[in-house]
Amino acid sequence: MAARIQVPREARRGDSIEVRIVIQHPMETGFRYDSLGRQTPRNVIHRFECRYGGVEVFRASMGAGIAANPYLRFFVRAEQSGDIECRWVDQENASGYASAWVAVNG
Amino acid sequence: MDRLTGRGARRRALAALAALFALPWRARAQPIMNPAPGVDARTINTPQGALQSILNGAAMRRGRVRLELPSAAENGHSVPMIVRVDSPMGKADYVRRIDLVSEKNPVPLMATFFLGPHMGRAEVESRVRLNGTQRVTALAQLSDGSFWFDAADIVVNESACLDGG
Repeated sequence: MAARIQVPREARRGDSIEVRIVIQHPMETGFRYDSLGRQTPRNVIHRFECRYGGVEVFRASMGAGIAANPYLRFFVRAEQSGDIECRWVDQENASGYASAWVAVNG
Repeated sequence: MDRLTGRGARRRALAALAALFALPWRARAQPIMNPAPGVDARTINTPQGALQSILNGAAMRRGRVRLELPSAAENGHSVPMIVRVDSPMGKADYVRRIDLVSEKNPVPLMATFFLGPHMGRAEVESRVRLNGTQRVTALAQLSDGSFWFDAADIVVNESACLDGG
């Protein structure tokens, strides 16, 4: 699953870093029918988590109410230089990973 | 394993059904807490179960949470949504979770965000699917266990959940 994560490269300690991520995924609702009338099974990214320096900072449990190609923007408090890692998994057990390094000074 | 057709199971099922119908109509039609004050509770029946399962008997108050949605959307496939909670996000006082509940979607609970003291700021943005004109509720639970909410009304001209959505 393709994804794009955007995090400022540098931050001052104590500041809130803005993390933006968009994941390419249909977020299939299960209410859609194809041209042959077959129901497309529901398949959404139901679990998303973000770790910073190995510690879980944010987690989302999503349903079909989140639009296709889910976009999330949230904040993380800068404490020390490290990776901001995001992991997610959909209902077909396909998982994805995206990370960004942030340098913290001060 | 007991067969489902066993007398005990059937009796229990019948008793449960009878108990449901024995409830006064008002008790079934009205939520314990009205998620949208000023609006007749009977008109907002879908999100109640979701809200009540989160609240688990606790009360929720309006305030501290701000849910930002456009007032109107051309279609409901992807509607920008920002939820902010007034919280210092420190070790002692932070936001534990935010639930987004839709009034009209087939699945009322759209998403749950689990926040913590490492976030610095209690603000989450995403894009949601909305099945028609409705009221959306954002419910936040703080670290002290209290619940706060905000609700926003949105006019959706073409709903999601139609074929091709």
